[in-house]
Amino acid sequence: MSKTILTVDDSRTMRDMLRMALVDAGFNVVQAEDGVHGLEVLQGETPDVIITDINMPRMDGYGFIEGVRADPKHRAVPILVLSTESSPEKKMRARDAGATGWIVKPFNSEKLVDAIRRVAA
Amino acid sequence: MDPMAEIKATFFQECEEQLVELESGLLAMDAGDDSSETVNAVFRAVHSVKGGAGAFGLDELVHFAHVFETTLDEVRAGRLAPSPEVVKPLLRAADILADLVRAARDGGSVDPARGEASASELRAITGMEEDGGADDDGMDGLVFTPMQVSLPPIGDAPAGEPELDIAALLAAAQPDPAPEPEEPGGWTLTFKPKAELYKKANETVLLLRELARLGDVEVELDASELPLLPHLDPEGSYLSWNIKVRGPAPEGDIREVFDFVESDCDLTVAPIGEETEGLSADDVAAIASAEAELDIAALISRAQTAGSEPAQDSVGQGSAPEAESLTPAAPAPAPVAVAPTPAPAAEAAPARDSKAAAAAAAGATIRVDLDRVDRLIDLVGELVINQAMLAQRVNEAGLARASSVAVGLDELEQLTREIQDSVMAIRAQPVKSVFQRMPRLVREVAAVVGKQVRLVTEGEGTEVDKTVIERLTDPLTHMIRNAIDHGLESTEKRIAAGKNPEGVVRLSALHRSGRIVIEVADDGGGINRERVKSIAIEKGLIAPDAALTDEEIDNLIFLPGFSTAATISDISGRGVGMDVVKRSIQELGGRISITSRPGLGSTFTMSLPLTLAVLDGMVVTAGQQTLVAPLTAIVETLQPRRSEVHSLGDGARVISIRGAYVPLVDVGLSLGYRSEPLDAEQGVALLIEGEGGSRAVLLVDAIQGQRQVVIKSLEANYRRVPGIAAATILGDGRVALILDIDALVAASRGTEAPRMLQAG
Amino acid sequence: MSEPLTHAGLGRELISFRIGSQEFCVDIMDVREIRGWTPATALPQAPPFVRGVINLRGAVLPIVDLGARLGLGQADPTARHVIIVAQVQNQIVGLLVDAVSDILTVTDDMIQPTPDVASEMVRTFVRGLLAIDGRMVSFISLDRVLPESDLEAAA
Repeated sequence: MSKTILTVDDSRTMRDMLRMALVDAGFNVVQAEDGVHGLEVLQGETPDVIITDINMPRMDGYGFIEGVRADPKHRAVPILVLSTESSPEKKMRARDAGATGWIVKPFNSEKLVDAIRRVAA
Repeated sequence: MDPMAEIKATFFQECEEQLVELESGLLAMDAGDDSSETVNAVFRAVHSVKGGAGAFGLDELVHFAHVFETTLDEVRAGRLAPSPEVVKPLLRAADILADLVRAARDGGSVDPARGEASASELRAITGMEEDGGADDDGMDGLVFTPMQVSLPPIGDAPAGEPELDIAALLAAAQPDPAPEPEEPGGWTLTFKPKAELYKKANETVLLLRELARLGDVEVELDASELPLLPHLDPEGSYLSWNIKVRGPAPEGDIREVFDFVESDCDLTVAPIGEETEGLSADDVAAIASAEAELDIAALISRAQTAGSEPAQDSVGQGSAPEAESLTPAAPAPAPVAVAPTPAPAAEAAPARDSKAAAAAAAGATIRVDLDRVDRLIDLVGELVINQAMLAQRVNEAGLARASSVAVGLDELEQLTREIQDSVMAIRAQPVKSVFQRMPRLVREVAAVVGKQVRLVTEGEGTEVDKTVIERLTDPLTHMIRNAIDHGLESTEKRIAAGKNPEGVVRLSALHRSGRIVIEVADDGGGINRERVKSIAIEKGLIAPDAALTDEEIDNLIFLPGFSTAATISDISGRGVGMDVVKRSIQELGGRISITSRPGLGSTFTMSLPLTLAVLDGMVVTAGQQTLVAPLTAIVETLQPRRSEVHSLGDGARVISIRGAYVPLVDVGLSLGYRSEPLDAEQGVALLIEGEGGSRAVLLVDAIQGQRQVVIKSLEANYRRVPGIAAATILGDGRVALILDIDALVAASRGTEAPRMLQAG
Repeated sequence: MSEPLTHAGLGRELISFRIGSQEFCVDIMDVREIRGWTPATALPQAPPFVRGVINLRGAVLPIVDLGARLGLGQADPTARHVIIVAQVQNQIVGLLVDAVSDILTVTDDMIQPTPDVASEMVRTFVRGLLAIDGRMVSFISLDRVLPESDLEAAA
């Protein structure tokens, strides 16, 4: 039974690349375009892992993660942050919001799958 | 297509969208909007481009985007105020970024000097160091392992060297507790997660599993801090682990496993062998004291390694340690999270109703192959023709107007019209996509001619058929270049005239009487009529003694071969005069004219059909030919009386309408369908209004009726025919020509090529 | 005209037709369909060889009197005349001819070079000559069958 991954990113390019890498690795993929959309999607889906960008319109990654953690249904879902910004401050901020881990862009499929494995049973 | 190539294509498409966002955001900032929403949008645009570019290895682009992004980050963080001194360089950087993107996409190149100039400008603003191009990315993730100097054993000292007392040296030096990097044999870890760690959905078992990939792992649970059940916070953290990892993995790799959680746990890593073997005495004591709770601890431990974690998942209030059992309590009313109210951008109204930025809205959209839309529009066109033919045949068959067939036909016509409107609306797009290329054009032209110019746009949301939009760019570009290069005076002249040194070019679009009207206005010096007239005479375009109204003089610039530039400036293009612009507009079925006020400026007005496909027409006959006249041009129809028609000069006629004399154009004669003029009283007069409000009367044989007709191109398979705009197919299946009213009228006035009047 | 001919040895198909007493043929690859004559809507100021336009399933198709274009005099079309709908570069044109004769399969070696005669028309249109059953069939090119320019069109 393959896992379902929710990817949240406002860039179509990034969504396409994530989908390609994840589907190749045998995951089911559900997608959203920004934080608000991501929370909407979560009302109907129960992903095993969430991968989210930080810089997005309407609701950024931090807001989205906080929103997820505040929802009883999803507060224990592993959330990976996908970002070009990887300074310690940004990492702390992501952690504080509730992120489980992170992947640095540009990513390759291996790194992506590794990170998923590290946070998902 | 190779999936990566497809995604790359998507990336470039997305870049175009981001570049648009970037420019419009920066322009807004230039106009004073420094809201965080705008600034963030601008940052994200560059961030997005950089992110994708990195994925495809477009280094030059990444490099520049990084400097740009860093600058924008400063603005975003409030450390750099978006004053004009900052925004103008940002706008220039945006132009460079656009060029780099397109170069990357099309395989061209951008002059590196330009890129460097902009980058330097940006660095100067932010105080970045020169060529601080090194990303912080790439440095992160590197764990610095202190390198140990490993001196060779004395025995290996090269012969002839004095013997060094290495041991003494070592002893004298700071005893370095760090182990040798090579083969410590393994590592001993203590790992105690804090409650926060679980809140972020990290799981110890997964971390242990990761460690297991680095070597042989021995794990011992330390449950010494586990409280009795009544005091157990299901979300608290009481457990810790002592772990041994045996294998060659360096410390960096070990620590990396805990990379995500290092701030939410207590972790020690030491080489095996330095710690006392196994558990310390304290540990043993601790475990012994926990004996009383060992069953629970074992339960928990087993549960954890099995992958389900009641301690983490139980939905209970975080604070109350009164859970009587381990089974998760029924979901308590947890504090409601941010209730996501989806921003109601989804438009429920059909595309036809939405005038507001349909393309930009976050409403539900789907992507459709353009070919399919075109096919649909063609089919609907056929439907209209067919329906008209059917109506005609029913008519001819003599069915009574009120009969059920006739009534059914009327309904059919209604439906067809509605379908047609809806289908046309699919291809309707706001002119914004054309307008938004203009700010950059204005910046560049202004820079080259050394003038200060501000572009104001209005009515970007005005919708036009896609086919019209695509062909607007070139004419608009020429007109704007012309306005800046010729329309606006030099800065000195403007100041001398008491005007604002910054010239304004206004670009606007609106719907008016079923057409779209686009204006390009400048507040420059207006047309120099004396000069224009003398040039026209010099070039033989008008007779030396021609008496022309001001308006007619202004419109002379549209004549082929006319150019006021002493040297054809690079800006307005070699040999590309306004006549080419006029030709392009006419090919779209449109009209263009110019009005000017000396000292105040000039305005180009273009009027175009909303869609190239359909026209409301009046079907007329002239010289036994059936023709269609566009309804929008017709002001009224009249039945002329012989007494109202007068001859003027050589073969020309005028007609008196409510006291004013208006030129009369005999359509049948003009088009060569008839060799003799028509007696006006035998025909019907159509009073028309053309460009700039000039009026004329078209004399036709009879009026057949009014219909909406589908426009068919004559030029697709043939070529332009003077006096004819296009063709259509009538109800009887025959082709009827659609009149080009302006051309007909102009021909009759003699200002257009006179060949029209050589009646066959 | 030195357009590349098909592979030597492989035939190509030509469709032959009659105008007056002369026979001509064109490459069948350029021909879209054959129709009967329908009256055309006249175009103002068109050259004499452009008879007007007709409706071809919703598209507006110009009709060229091919005989007139080739300098053979104007036709007086009746219901028995034929319109060959052909593709000329990226336009579709209807050619008015008397009748369609045959489909010929020819190889390049069967096409004789055009004799050097003092005729502008021949130089412009004739690509070669074919001898078929004792009859001479002129192989013509349609590239310039439409009026060259606006001036010519309005002549």
